[in-house]
Amino acid sequence: MAVVEVRDLVKQFDGGRVPAIDRVTLAAAAGEYLVLLGPSGCGKTTLLRTIAGLERPTSGDVLIGGHVVTGLPPRARQIAMVFQSYALYPHKTVLANIVFPLRAVGMDKAERESKARWAAELLGLELLLDRKPRQLSGGERQRVALARALVRDPQVFLLDEPLSNLDAKLRASARDELKRFQQEVGTTTIYVTHDQAEAMGLGDRIAVLNAGQVHQAGPPVEVYDDPADTFVATFLGSPPMNLIPHDGKLVGFRPEHLLPVENVPAGEGVTMPLAVERLEYLSGDRHVYGTVSRIGERTRVVARLPATVDTAIAAGETHEFAVPGARLRFFDSDSGQRSGPVRLDGG
Amino acid sequence: MTTAEEAGRLRQRYARRHVLARVGLYLTAIAAALICAAPFLWSLITAFKQNRDLYNPQNNPFVFNRAPTSDHIGYLFTDTEFLTFVANTLLVGVLVVLITLALGLPAAYALARLDRPWSGPMAIGIFLVYLVPPSLLFLALSRIVVAVGLQDSTWSLVLIYPTITIPVSVWLLMGFLKNIPKDIEEQAMVDGYSRVGAFVRAVLPLAYPGIIAVVVFAFTLTASEFIYALAFVAPTDQMTVSIGVPTQLVRGDVFFWQSLQGATVLVAVPIALVFTWFLDRFVAGFTMGAVKE
Amino acid sequence: MATATDTVTTPATAPARRGLADRDGLLAWGFLLPSIVYIVALVGVPFVLAIAFAFSDVTAGDPSYDFVGFRNFARVFHDPVFWRALGNTFVFTLISMVLIVVLGKVLANILIADFRGKWLVRFLVLLAWTTPVALSSISWLWLLDSIYSPIDWMLRQFGALGPVENMYWLGRPGLSMASVIAVHVWRLTPLAAVIMMAGLMAIPKDIDEAARVDGAGYWRRMFEITIPLVLPVAAVAALFGAIFTFTDMAVVRVLTRGGPNDATQVLASWAFYRGIDGGDVAQGAVIALFLFPLLLAAAVLILRAVRRIEVR
Repeated sequence: MAVVEVRDLVKQFDGGRVPAIDRVTLAAAAGEYLVLLGPSGCGKTTLLRTIAGLERPTSGDVLIGGHVVTGLPPRARQIAMVFQSYALYPHKTVLANIVFPLRAVGMDKAERESKARWAAELLGLELLLDRKPRQLSGGERQRVALARALVRDPQVFLLDEPLSNLDAKLRASARDELKRFQQEVGTTTIYVTHDQAEAMGLGDRIAVLNAGQVHQAGPPVEVYDDPADTFVATFLGSPPMNLIPHDGKLVGFRPEHLLPVENVPAGEGVTMPLAVERLEYLSGDRHVYGTVSRIGERTRVVARLPATVDTAIAAGETHEFAVPGARLRFFDSDSGQRSGPVRLDGG
Repeated sequence: MTTAEEAGRLRQRYARRHVLARVGLYLTAIAAALICAAPFLWSLITAFKQNRDLYNPQNNPFVFNRAPTSDHIGYLFTDTEFLTFVANTLLVGVLVVLITLALGLPAAYALARLDRPWSGPMAIGIFLVYLVPPSLLFLALSRIVVAVGLQDSTWSLVLIYPTITIPVSVWLLMGFLKNIPKDIEEQAMVDGYSRVGAFVRAVLPLAYPGIIAVVVFAFTLTASEFIYALAFVAPTDQMTVSIGVPTQLVRGDVFFWQSLQGATVLVAVPIALVFTWFLDRFVAGFTMGAVKE
Repeated sequence: MATATDTVTTPATAPARRGLADRDGLLAWGFLLPSIVYIVALVGVPFVLAIAFAFSDVTAGDPSYDFVGFRNFARVFHDPVFWRALGNTFVFTLISMVLIVVLGKVLANILIADFRGKWLVRFLVLLAWTTPVALSSISWLWLLDSIYSPIDWMLRQFGALGPVENMYWLGRPGLSMASVIAVHVWRLTPLAAVIMMAGLMAIPKDIDEAARVDGAGYWRRMFEITIPLVLPVAAVAALFGAIFTFTDMAVVRVLTRGGPNDATQVLASWAFYRGIDGGDVAQGAVIALFLFPLLLAAAVLILRAVRRIEVR
């Protein structure tokens, strides 16, 4: 059963020409980790805020726990939210921050304290309870925000880019912590991010949004391997999927699948010549930038060769490359949608 | 190319310049303080002078030519209602500050945050109120004061003064509230509070410096005001310091100079002390109000 | 849907209705209304009343209302004292404001600097502004006394005045105006300095530091960075101050009561003199009303300056 569901949700801001959310229907199952992924301005934060009740939808409904909550204020929705800035109350200590939601429901002092200590222990905050937020590091602040969300016993956690304020090094460990935390408490979580690495790493399911619409929703592997359209194909992956125009269609393949011809079993691949322009070394991989021809229009592409491929390649040379046929994806040029396969030369 | 010797000379020159700048700063600071405070320093001396010392144009006015006396300060407390005036001023000040905050804070919040289409024009409207000067209103206001039966009472001032303080305070607080991150109150709303609850529990504590600015500003303005006080309050026991002291210590053209000077110092010092204490916060409050980020 | 899951997932604690406290539209009115009612009742109504008085024959002795058209205006405009007061108001405002802004900037630089004893200096400087104006003006009344003025005593010591001579600071037309302006400037400069301090503090430190690294000297930084950045705040402060000065009569009232011979009479004090002291409410209203269009022009200027700040 879906814990959180939105049906035909539309949100149009005053004075905005295009809707921030355009007929979105989406559901998160119990215990699921759903990631809303998209570029900035795609409406993902608006969607989250609408679920939280901070924005009123123009039309459509929000359901939490099977009940329509559209129009209810945030406090009546049994949700917990962690903002991008963490929004810790700067004038309150860590402990006071954590008990703040409990005071809202009028819980008595002893019960409040014990619950707060339980949450603090779970997140390793026992020694920080008397500090003020400004005395904490970024990672500690995140944990306080999580503890504060946790004590509400929410039906769902709503997290709005909680890692974006951390530096790169801290982000990896904080991400790890978030995942462990969710596994431990098992609460349904909706997580907004523009960072695909976070999305791939955390999500049970990823919903890719652009211009207020959900382009595809599915498990990370599916979204990555079988993108529903060219937007998803190019938004995910780094470098993104190569797209080569061919007779009104686009032929797509991931950079890691474009390999020197001898690395692809004979007869299984589509071959093409690659005129190499530039090489980059990135943590063991070789990124080869160049132009391919023959399988469609001449197009600039990127190939990502793992360290196990040791073919000598230099800028200015032309090499024969190949992509396994099963790795090719086809899209309609005009609509960008997935389409059936086309016959290619060199196969 | 700079040689080591040249670099040394340069270093010396800049060191000297630094010392000169510091000395200059101290000198100007002392000069400014003396110019601003001279009348008060002099009042302090005068307050303890004997009549025969004061009323002699040949005497040096800056030193005691005869033994100092505390008679005139004593007169202030025994023969005038100075303490009543102080109490009235405090009462009016505190009540006006409270009314100002009670009305001004919600209004400022509504204009700054509860994004309504009429917020902008309304804010300008409130600002325009500041432009309507007391000198334009006191004639008509005296009628209203009589109509509500508060003539010749300190309470008339409690009623009237917020009209001066509210517009300024709303304007000041608005800019201040705009600078408090929206996340904080939305977090409070997600944490289980209503909009009002979030305002009271999460926003107000953060608006503290702005509130301080308003308190200090409103109090100073109230203590200083004397046109309305002059126009509305006649009985001595209802007067504030601003009109009470002159009324009782200036009889016709006889000025009780030493007592007047004493009263000035006694009133001036505590207010200035409090203000100095809060100056940095007041300035911070003002910045928030004046300049949006 | 299974009943078991239903009970688990029903919001249990929080009220499920949207009360007044959550309705932003109503709440906004609820928050604003007390202030609006207050202001309409105690500023709006008297303002309209003041306009009505201007067209009436109301006096303190005879409060009955009779409409007399523009007769009061004609009477006021035929009174040379009115024109004198109008001119004085402009002189008073303009000269005061120029001095206050310039001295305020100097003072702000001192107050903002870091040095030992800063606290004491701030305290002494602020005294002038925080003291109720009626009291501080009385102190000045003695300092400018016609016989015992300590300033005269000093001038005599320096030989600038003869042994029994006096300046009569408040007794001579030009000098009395200068005295009134001086006291007003003395009183308001600390406030101007505090506001400009706020402007100075709002300048991001890195801009100033970048300029230092770029080799700009003190004066250069002052004219190319500090002043342009403080200008909007200073402009607003100056206009606020101008409005205040324009309608203020405190110093005039205590020091000279408009004298000698109306040489220091300003519109506000003239309105008070006619309307309250003289009891001619209608005439007082006309004089006071004359301030308003001038203030409105100043207001437009302020609002434009404020908008420029907000855009920045």
